[in-house]
Amino acid sequence: MSPEPIIETTGLRRTFKGRGKGAEVEAVAGVDLRVEAGDIFGFLGPNGAGKTTTLRILATLLPPTAGTACVAGFDVAKHPNEVRKRIGYVAQAGGSYREATGREELVIQGRLFGMSKADAGKRAVEILDALELADAADRTCGTYSGGMRRRLNIGIGMVHRPAMLFLDEPTTGLDPQARARMWDEIRKLRDGGTTVFLTTHYLEEADALCDRLAIIDHGRIVAEGSPTELKREIAGDVITIGVNGHADQVVKLMAGQPFVREAGLEDGLVRLYVDKGEEAVPSVLRLLDGHGLAPSTMDLHRPSLDDVFLKKTGRSLRETAA
Amino acid sequence: MPLRGDAAAWEKAVRTIRDTWLIFDRSLTLSLRNPVWVIMGILQPILYLLLFGPLLTNIARMPGFPPGGAFNVFVPGLLVMTALFGSAFVGFGLCDEMREGVVERMTVTPMSRVAMLVGRSLRDVVLLLGQGLILVVLAIPFGLEINLGGVAVAFAMLAVIGLMMAPVSYTLALVLKSEDSLAPVVNGLALPLLLLSGVMLPMSLAPDWLQTVAKFNPLFHAVSAIRALFNANYGDSEIVVGLVLLFVLAFATIALGARSFSRSAE
Repeated sequence: MSPEPIIETTGLRRTFKGRGKGAEVEAVAGVDLRVEAGDIFGFLGPNGAGKTTTLRILATLLPPTAGTACVAGFDVAKHPNEVRKRIGYVAQAGGSYREATGREELVIQGRLFGMSKADAGKRAVEILDALELADAADRTCGTYSGGMRRRLNIGIGMVHRPAMLFLDEPTTGLDPQARARMWDEIRKLRDGGTTVFLTTHYLEEADALCDRLAIIDHGRIVAEGSPTELKREIAGDVITIGVNGHADQVVKLMAGQPFVREAGLEDGLVRLYVDKGEEAVPSVLRLLDGHGLAPSTMDLHRPSLDDVFLKKTGRSLRETAA
Repeated sequence: MPLRGDAAAWEKAVRTIRDTWLIFDRSLTLSLRNPVWVIMGILQPILYLLLFGPLLTNIARMPGFPPGGAFNVFVPGLLVMTALFGSAFVGFGLCDEMREGVVERMTVTPMSRVAMLVGRSLRDVVLLLGQGLILVVLAIPFGLEINLGGVAVAFAMLAVIGLMMAPVSYTLALVLKSEDSLAPVVNGLALPLLLLSGVMLPMSLAPDWLQTVAKFNPLFHAVSAIRALFNANYGDSEIVVGLVLLFVLAFATIALGARSFSRSAE
């Protein structure tokens, strides 16, 4: 049996006042989540899907409009301080001040969690060493590179050795090298026993980094599982065909073929889910040719998380995230 | 209300004081590291002292001008101006910290919310008292006469002005979130407060209606009280009125500001 979940929410909702009188925007529209301790849990979705709002509720920054959320054994609305003692939170905005040094930021954070000056100083050195920031310890954060600053921000969130760390878009805006470095740091945290809950709109990140995922769209969770499980839901391969103006006809034609499991039209492209892509492509071409339909583009690929998102929401995350 | 001897309440009080000190210490260190604002804050009253003060020496002989030398009337006003500007604009620094996620980061710690406000406000008070001290010292060669007791109480009053205005500025910053929205609001608030306080010229020169309006301005009473203190008129009722008014208002704005900090994340 799995142990007690470190995060459990039921029917979590959050509405904001919208424009106009009495208008309301539902940013989180009934989220039920269960996160096991020891995982890197990813929250994947386009901008505005409700990722950050959910994260802020879980991190005690925002009271939910309805529903409950338990984090690290405590209700976020009833016992926020108990939750705060047990979690670290790194906002998208960062958290370190550009005119303070890395060491100063780590020390004050430790002290705000009740550590003595000496303990906070020792802990700061430990973190600076672990994140390879020791050389920059006494420089102001404003002089750090993007990747260094992000690492420091995570270090600030880890000062009090929380069981659970929340990261809001930890790699957005980082170059590929700094991103890979950040992934390594996040994996190290997990391997050290910290549960990591992160939001991302990068498919690759969700796929490569996360042990489990929830895909969120319009404030609702549309799919949940490990990246492999999610992709397995889409059996076989995916063929996308561009046909100028005859899409409906092509869908109808393909849907009747025995080698096609499913055919549909998404984002103006015909998508076929087939068992063996490399064998299906010639048949598809022959069929199109036989009906006088000329494809403008054709693409064959293994299912990605984007296909999962597309199947669940009818939109591509690549486009919505852009 | 927590009972006397209640361990949790005691712990909470200790925690609040400790956190206040931590935030005060951090804020002061950061302000002194990049003292542009501190220097700007003192430059303006010094210019007034050098370039406007001398004009008053002749006006001081006019009927209606309060007793005391020109500089004993003018410097108390400048001190209140320094205290006002030294605290009304502190929200700008908070906007900067919010943009970098500092406020949010600290909100997700168990630290005291009162300390977030009071720690910063005390930093502002220390800075404005330092500015005031420089101003007083510079004014002595111009003919400012000082008595230590009066000046000490006057500086206590300046501190309370800071504790009254800084929380207002921080609250506005937490609500408005950007310097661009904050600037017109703070200006719109600080300028009438300044003009109706008799800082430049004594309000006793003003027409009746203006004097009546000024009576509703706490800073008017502060200026009158500090003038009395500089002139050693310890019996002046304005001293008590000013002190009580400022203390009550400071208490209210601190309560308001602390509430804003505990809800800042929403």
